[in-house]
Amino acid sequence: MTSSAHTLGTVLAVDSGGGDGFQAPGLGEFYPETVAEFSLLGVDFAITRITIILWIATALMLAFVIAASRKAQIVPGKLQFIGESGYSLVRDGIARDVVGPKGIPFAPFLASLFFFILANNFMAIVPFAQISPMSKFAFPLVLAAFCWVLYIYIGIREQGAGKYFKDILFLPGVPKPMYILVTPIELLQNFVVRPFTLAVRLFANMFAGHMLLVVFSLGAVYLFGRDNFSVIFGPVSALMAIVMTFFELLVIFLQAYVFTVLMGTYLNGSIEADH
Amino acid sequence: MSFLAAESESPLLPPVGEIIIGLIAFTIVLLVFFKFVAPRFEQVFRARREAIEGGIERAEAMQAEAKAALEQYRAQLAEARTEAAQIRDQARAEGQQILEELRTQAQEESARIVARGEEQLAASRQQVLNELRTHIGTIAVDLAGRVVGESLSDDARRRGTVDRFLDQLEGMAGNADGRVGATVPEGNR
Repeated sequence: MTSSAHTLGTVLAVDSGGGDGFQAPGLGEFYPETVAEFSLLGVDFAITRITIILWIATALMLAFVIAASRKAQIVPGKLQFIGESGYSLVRDGIARDVVGPKGIPFAPFLASLFFFILANNFMAIVPFAQISPMSKFAFPLVLAAFCWVLYIYIGIREQGAGKYFKDILFLPGVPKPMYILVTPIELLQNFVVRPFTLAVRLFANMFAGHMLLVVFSLGAVYLFGRDNFSVIFGPVSALMAIVMTFFELLVIFLQAYVFTVLMGTYLNGSIEADH
Repeated sequence: MSFLAAESESPLLPPVGEIIIGLIAFTIVLLVFFKFVAPRFEQVFRARREAIEGGIERAEAMQAEAKAALEQYRAQLAEARTEAAQIRDQARAEGQQILEELRTQAQEESARIVARGEEQLAASRQQVLNELRTHIGTIAVDLAGRVVGESLSDDARRRGTVDRFLDQLEGMAGNADGRVGATVPEGNR
């Protein structure tokens, strides 16, 4: 979509006879100006508006769940009901049904994942923020790293280190010669591909979603200032921006849920010996 | 595109600072969820489950209690019935016994009365017989004296003769029982 936006930009730039052509948004979108910069123990911290959005989203989400659970009653109020529904979705729908009978203790972790991703993703369509911190690879990576450590640790704890690694290296029920093929794949799958795809899936979705919105929005703004066919394309672009916002809303929920469900299946694999 | 030059960084190679910020943020989220949110919700879920199960348990307990009471009443009723039946049987038996006693008593009484009557009858008969004997003797002697023409009445020797005659008569009567009455009136006539 970015490339087509580029093409559109160049075409329009040429059409309008040079000068100030449409400058398609690029990676710069994800590297806003730093608000504050400091170095601590040799690590450079650059606080940008995305960082601040992350903090705000996280703080608001935490405030919401605390408010929802603070005076939890048997008969829930509106706020508690909403918070409880979200928590139950993860607790019953993922921790209990996906992870398995031993899954309830993982409910807080999975709920943390779900709510954290959801809150941050949601910033993608909140006016003035309009970018999800999850479109910065660092944050999905952190979450994937947590998941990676957790499901390996649980696998070792539940099955014992020997059995856990043996089952991954030598998948039971596979003919011996096939191990030449299966073992490297399994190894890669369990220790590299899983966390990487987990992080990249979330990151790429939010990244692409943001690019879509930005391209259509900026395109509409640009086109409204032109003549020729822009009278048609401008509103179309604006409409697409709105449609894409709704689409983004779907992606926001879906990605938060998919991330959590996948982590649930990984935990399930770690707890139950059978693959 | 001028801005592309400004960013040599790849989006897949995030700066360490950002990762640390992410770590801190998610750790805080984890802490809040593990220490605060999850326990509260679990507590509510448990309380809710207990409330529902408690209600069911209470209802079950009440039902069991009602059933126990019903059983007790039934048992008591059955007991009362058997008791009543027992009492009835006993009364019947007692009545029977009393009736039996009365009957035996009455039979004894009647037997005694009959015996006494017979005794009296026998005694009267004997008396009548004795009287008749004397009468017949006197009459016979009278008649014989009248026939002979002389009084034989105070002759003791002749009296012995009468007695002997009467004894013979009685002996005959003893052989053909019941003819005494028939003979005596004949003789009386």
